This record gives sequence, structure tokens and C-alpha cells, in this order.
Amino acid sequence: MIVEEIMTKEIITLKQENTVKEALELLNRHNIRHIPIVNDLNHLVGIISDRDIRSAAPSILDENPDSSILEQSLKTIMSSPVITIHPLDFIEDVASIFYDHSIGCVPVVQDNKIVGVVTEKDLLYTLIQITGIHEQSSQIEVRVPNKVGVLPKVATVISERNTNISSVFIYSEKERPTEKVIVLRVQTMNPLPLINDLKEKGYDVLWPNIPGLLQ
Amino acid sequence: MTCDVAFVYSEKFLDYKFNDDHPFNQKRIDMTFDLIQKMKSIKHEQIVEPRKATDEEILRVHHPKYVEVVKKASSVKNKLSENEMYEYGIGTEDTPAFANMHDAAAWLVGGTLKAVDLVLNGDYLHAVNLGGGLHHGFSRRASGFCVYNDAAIAIQYIREKTDYKVLYVDTDAHHGDGVQSIFYDDPNVCTLSIHETGKYLFPGTGYINERGQNKGYGYSFNVPIEAFTEDESFIEVYESALREIADYFKPDIIITQNGADAHAHDPLTHLNSTMKTYEVIPKLAHEIAHTYCNGRWIALGGGGYDIWRVVPRAWAQLWQIAKGDEPFQGPLPEAWVKRWQEESPVELPVSWSDAPNIYEAIPRKQEITEKNKITLDQCLEIIRNK
Repeated sequence: MIVEEIMTKEIITLKQENTVKEALELLNRHNIRHIPIVNDLNHLVGIISDRDIRSAAPSILDENPDSSILEQSLKTIMSSPVITIHPLDFIEDVASIFYDHSIGCVPVVQDNKIVGVVTEKDLLYTLIQITGIHEQSSQIEVRVPNKVGVLPKVATVISERNTNISSVFIYSEKERPTEKVIVLRVQTMNPLPLINDLKEKGYDVLWPNIPGLLQ
Repeated sequence: MTCDVAFVYSEKFLDYKFNDDHPFNQKRIDMTFDLIQKMKSIKHEQIVEPRKATDEEILRVHHPKYVEVVKKASSVKNKLSENEMYEYGIGTEDTPAFANMHDAAAWLVGGTLKAVDLVLNGDYLHAVNLGGGLHHGFSRRASGFCVYNDAAIAIQYIREKTDYKVLYVDTDAHHGDGVQSIFYDDPNVCTLSIHETGKYLFPGTGYINERGQNKGYGYSFNVPIEAFTEDESFIEVYESALREIADYFKPDIIITQNGADAHAHDPLTHLNSTMKTYEVIPKLAHEIAHTYCNGRWIALGGGGYDIWRVVPRAWAQLWQIAKGDEPFQGPLPEAWVKRWQEESPVELPVSWSDAPNIYEAIPRKQEITEKNKITLDQCLEIIRNK
């Protein structure tokens, strides 16, 4: 899945001449945490976050707080240059940027212009959707040998029961390097026939898979 | 207190049958009826014939296209296209087409509407329709063994005939997603579903944060409980949730969906209730109906896939307790055990309560109980903070 598919296209931006106060109002009004800063050509020149503003703002512990900061231009507090991503990048790339740089929002830039933003929240939402939980389904997990051709065999058992698979992902367990766990969401309320078929074929079906509670 | 209760029943309920291998088996209603009769717990005048729901009634909730497809699927001569099957959920493994599907489903709906009529007219204080409770039916899609959503149609019917606020309580082990979705933006219909979490179990939904939308925000309640939850924790969740929500919502009528698939024996779910839970559920529902609704209570069936050891006992207790009587105790009638043992693939129980050793001790009981308590508190936060 590429960035273009998950980014927010209606972007709220400000100019570097705008004040901290204006930025603060915008953040609160739209309930957002980041504002990209652009120039007249819609080129990205910086970004500010609610944290940048908080660090710049006077401490509530100060006896005589200096509120002049609110009138300062954004240029004085914005982060620049900005870490960006391209619409054709994979969403996995966004995840590693968030992780590596400890940030929560990345502007999407194409042809030098800002075309979208992706936040941590967007990414998490997408990842959850990918697991298939938004479609009516049951989840079963199958522990299989880590070798060629196992997935199609498991999938065949399910299709022979005329049951649709809404999602599938595969993970490995550290302590069992020769095996993998296939996690399937199948569109049926009664996965028992499937489970029996899989067991008959010698697969280890974990339903449910809760450590210490294996059935 | 002895209450006047109707038992809506007809052999027609058995016509709702997908195929011989399907886990949804209405024979459980017959077994329950037989058990109640053998306990001499029911009088002739308490047994009421259902009616068949009209198309207009079904269309109050379901989309005309969907009803058309169900009718089409009702004749074995007609073959649905793959698109129709996919779009409307008919012809799948869960809800395969069968002859006279529409009629069979319409009788179940009519049974629930009959129960509603009896209570609204004041003929009976409570009414039980074990043929109903098909909570997975969506406006334009069949799913999870359910074609028409009788509970939703009945709620809509009540709302059109009266201005009663309706509390729908669903203790089936599966999330009551169909009913929830149909009244998701209605503040006059409050839904409470207590179910095994969707981590493994169908349909996967029923999170705490599904609270309704627009005007209906704050009127959908979900308590997803952990796999392997036992009586004590289930009952704690149920009693707290129902008491607090009833006190907050102050319903005028209550509809309960009494799926009996949270029992340890149930093959489709991973909860570990025993008969104890199935005595508590109707007892509190009965109390709430009298406290808030002048007794107006309609109890429906629902899931329940151990039709031999679990459902007949659970639903017979529902009937007994609805009448205001103490739960049955001691041995089951020998004649009943004898009659059904011949057909049963498993050994039938001989007493009303379960032996303490019907399942092995649950290793992480304390954590499960703790987690359920946290979930319950989060679910009720919204009304406790008001």
C-alpha cells in the first residue's frame, strides 16, 4: 500500500510570517498537532508541532510570564528542513521514518509542493484495517513449518469449504525459528469444519492463541 | 411473585433449517418445550401460536432488494449469481439457501412480533419466543446464521406503535452487531451486548468504543469479555452493566436475546460459563423489567450450539424464571433424558446444575477476571461520569 492511499489531502498550512498565536488557534480549532509551513509557491519550508509551541511558550511556573512569544513569527520556532515522503512510497517507509526520527507526522511532497500529510494516527488506523477486523469474521491461527508451499496448501483447505478469507498475515515466533504462524480472518461464524480439516492435515491450529491457555 | 407469561411456539420454527450439518439447529426449541412440559411448568393457555410476519413488517428494517433475494433463494430452482451471494450474504457456508427460506424466517420474525403484541396489549406481562434472537441479520445482508433480524424488526414495531424507550440486552457469546447497527443513531433504543471479544470470535466487532453515533451516541454499550471467562466474572459484568445502564436509560420495555452459547460446552465459542450464569441472566432481566418497565419484557432465543447438554436446560430455566418461580433444581426428568439420549451424540446431563468439573481449571483466571473488570469500567465510564 502506498502513501497516496492513506494520506490526508486537505492540508491546513500557515506561512512563516504567521504568529505563534495564530498557529495555536489553528491547532486547537482543528484538533491537530502539526502544521506544515509553506511559502507563496506552496513549497514546504518548515513544520511546527504543538510541542514546538509548548517549548517556546512561557512556563506556567514563571511569576511574570512573557506572553510576547505569542506574537513572534513562526519562522523563529519552526523545524527546518523537514523530513518528507513521496506519495509513491510504501506505508512501511512512513512507519520507519516515525520510528527512526521519533516524530508523529510527515508531509508528503511531490514536485516540490506539499500534497498531503500522514500522521501516526493515520498509519495505525491503516494497519488495523489491514488486519481485516472491520469485516465480519473469525480469526484462526495455524502454526506451520517455515518452508515453501505451505500457505497455498492452507488456503486451499479454506477455499474448499467455500469460505472467503478477509485477511492474512504471517509472523514468526522467536523461540521457534523453524516455524511460522499464519493468522487468518475467515468470513464464517463456524470455523469448526475448517479447523477440523486443517487438523486432519496435520496442522497445529491455535484457536484461540493465548500463551498459557492452549487448548 | 407469579407472572403471566406467554410461550410463543410452533413446530414451524423447525422449518428454519439450513442443512443437516449446520450448527444452527432448532431442534433445541423442541427439546426445551418437551423439558418444560415434562416439568409440568407450562399450562395450555400459556402456549401461543406465532403469526407470520408480513412483508411490510420485514421491510421496516430490511432493504427491498435483500428481501427479494431471500425470496429468490427460497426456491431451489433459482440460482443466485455470485455477486448476489456475496452482496447479500445468502448461499454462503454460514447462511446457505434452503427451500422456503423466506417463509421460515418470516415465521420466526412473526413469533417475536406476536410476543410483542401480547405484551403491548397487556394480555401477558412477559413473553418468550425462543425461535427469535437472530441478531446478526443486517438491513441488507444475511450473516452468522441469521436471515431476518426479528429483534430489530420488533424494536422498530414497538417504536412505531408506542413511544416506549427500548432496552435491548444481548448475552449471546457473539456480538449483537446487526441490532446495534440498525439502531446505531437512535437515542430511544439502547443496546447492551456482552460477548466474547472479537479477537478470535465472529464477528470480530463489539469494541467498547462502539458507542453509537449522532443522536444515538452513548446508547450502544459493548462489554467484550475475554476467552475462557467463567461464571463469576461473567455474572459480575452482566449484573453491573445491566443495573447501571437500566438506571441511566430508564427503559419502558426490555428485549433480551438469550443466546446460550457462552457455556463451557459450546463448540463455537471459548467462554466458560455454566448453568449458574443461565439462572442469573433471566433473574435480573425479570427484576429490571418490573423495576422500570411495569413488567414489559420480551425474551428471545439466539445462539446455542450444544443443543443437547446446554440449550434446553438454559432456556427451560429462562421460562421458569420469567414466570417468577425459583429456578429448577435437582435431577432432570428421567423421561426427558431417556427420550433425547437416544439421538444425542454426547451423554446428556442428569441434573439442572453442572458438575464442578465440566472443564479443566483455567490457568489465567485471575488475569481474565481483572481484564473483564477493566473492560466493564471502561464501558460504563460514559454514564458514571455524567
